[in-house]
Amino acid sequence: MKGKNAIGTWVGFLLILLWCLFPVAWIISLSFKSVNETAVGSPQFLPKDATFENYKALWDWPFIGPDPTGVEQDFQKALLNSFGISIIATVLSVILATLAAYAIARLEFKGKRLVLSLALAIAMFPVVALVGPLFDLWTRFGLFNTWPGLIIPYMSFTLPLAIWTLSAFFREIPWEMEQAAQVDGATSWQAFRKVIVPLAAPGVFTAAILTFFFAWNEFVLAISLTSTTASRTVPAQMSFFVGPDPFNPPYAQLATASVIVTLPVIIIVLLFQRKIVAGLTSGAVKG
Amino acid sequence: MSTTLQRPPADVSTKAVASDRSKAENRLGLKLVAPAVVMMLLVTAWPMGQALYLSLFRYRLTAPDDREFIGIDNYVTVLTDSLFWQDTWNTVLIMVVTVAVELVIGFAFAMVMHRIIFARGLMRTSILIPYGIITVVSAFAWQFAFSLNNGFVNAWFSWLPWIAEDTNWFGDHWHAMFAIMVSEIWKTTPFMALLLLAGLSQVSEDMLEAAQVDGATWWQRLWKVILPNMRAAIMVAVLFRALDAYRIFDNIYIMTRGAQDTESISFLTYRQVIEQMQLGLGSALSVLLFLSVLLLAWLIVKLFRVDLASARGEG
Repeated sequence: MKGKNAIGTWVGFLLILLWCLFPVAWIISLSFKSVNETAVGSPQFLPKDATFENYKALWDWPFIGPDPTGVEQDFQKALLNSFGISIIATVLSVILATLAAYAIARLEFKGKRLVLSLALAIAMFPVVALVGPLFDLWTRFGLFNTWPGLIIPYMSFTLPLAIWTLSAFFREIPWEMEQAAQVDGATSWQAFRKVIVPLAAPGVFTAAILTFFFAWNEFVLAISLTSTTASRTVPAQMSFFVGPDPFNPPYAQLATASVIVTLPVIIIVLLFQRKIVAGLTSGAVKG
Repeated sequence: MSTTLQRPPADVSTKAVASDRSKAENRLGLKLVAPAVVMMLLVTAWPMGQALYLSLFRYRLTAPDDREFIGIDNYVTVLTDSLFWQDTWNTVLIMVVTVAVELVIGFAFAMVMHRIIFARGLMRTSILIPYGIITVVSAFAWQFAFSLNNGFVNAWFSWLPWIAEDTNWFGDHWHAMFAIMVSEIWKTTPFMALLLLAGLSQVSEDMLEAAQVDGATWWQRLWKVILPNMRAAIMVAVLFRALDAYRIFDNIYIMTRGAQDTESISFLTYRQVIEQMQLGLGSALSVLLFLSVLLLAWLIVKLFRVDLASARGEG
């Protein structure tokens, strides 16, 4: 019985690794296939002649291929937009969420449940439903196709996740420490800043990672509220890259772009896997 | 004994201070929450109100001067259009199938992760990669895998009776829907597995041992002990994933652009607003999408009696 279980666990372990890593291996392999190879058709998994040409092409030159809108396409610019927008949205969102989550976890005030319900409702909000009105409003306010035009909605949609994750973390922080500080004459605000912030830092960091993932991944708003590389992020840029032949998508270059845009995710996951899992599950189920 | 005697007066004195304090606390609480609430409402409630208003007009961005109040005509147009119902059906189908499959696979993954005593870090890292990967990348990866000329799926699985060397996965409705669901399931199963793992770790080992001692089989322990005890976690996972799947957009946009009748309700809304510039009609769709998500959330919460508060240990 024990032996059978161990074998089952081993098989399960290998299956999970296969499930998670196989498609990643596939795009990496595809990114090393030459353009000629994919143009002829190359159904085998590994490249015939591995080449770095796609990486060079992607890096040196603007995203290859004609642009339907006639605007210059540039992968590096999109990458910069992605990083800039995601990081700014993350920092701002986490600051607001930290204040709110502190209040929710530590203070008694009216409307606490209302705030949590609102956050939950917004977490479930269909983003596409906002595309029309936001498009209309943003063009009127000059926010269309700008960084703030994406940062503002990204903040709104990441706040719920950040608030839930953070309030779950904050509940675990020992109350007595804060009370002790207040007994020693600290105000609520000082107790927050001097005692809670250092204790809460790991939770805040986790919330920031989850928020960053959301912004990095976001697609609907990125294609709807942008029109040029002034603010287009990588997912949007990739979707507009059709290449010279619409019936024959530029597989290898898209795979290369996929690999590059996945790298930050893999690095973050490698460094902080324990924190991310804790954050993901604490937001929904107290583990 | 002496400590219990001294306590009542101490309580009275803190109460007097507390009432003053609770007012300050109330004010501070509201102040701290306000920026986040304003931010959340700014981009949701306000535009949603705007959508509600615009949905009553015939309004095309290409001809803004022809804006005309037409009451509920947009809603009538949408609700009597078979495309709307076809897309709603697609969306519901994708939601039900993906969530059901994810629940089964996710639970199996969670069981393995719960039992495993080696390489936990490696396991966590790998399971987080599909979670963290961009949906667009997942869609491209699977689109290429299923591709006729450049995909390995046909070559590898042609021994299966329903797959041939020249199966065109994006050539008809069901094949395309299958490919879309594969990408969706691949990317989101890890999230499901992690939520279920958290639930699984709350099932008490003592209870399981007791059941085993009483002679319960593995199957009985699963259905009678494990699953009932992680009900809350399962329901939260289903709720989150179902609502997420109902909003499916990225995979469809990348893989088929709605071809072969694979449009989802989100995709239809996007197409009306951004591609057709039909702001009036599109707003009506937005409102309907919003209402259907609300209805869905309400149904799941009522039907499965999800108690989010108790699931978080607040209850």
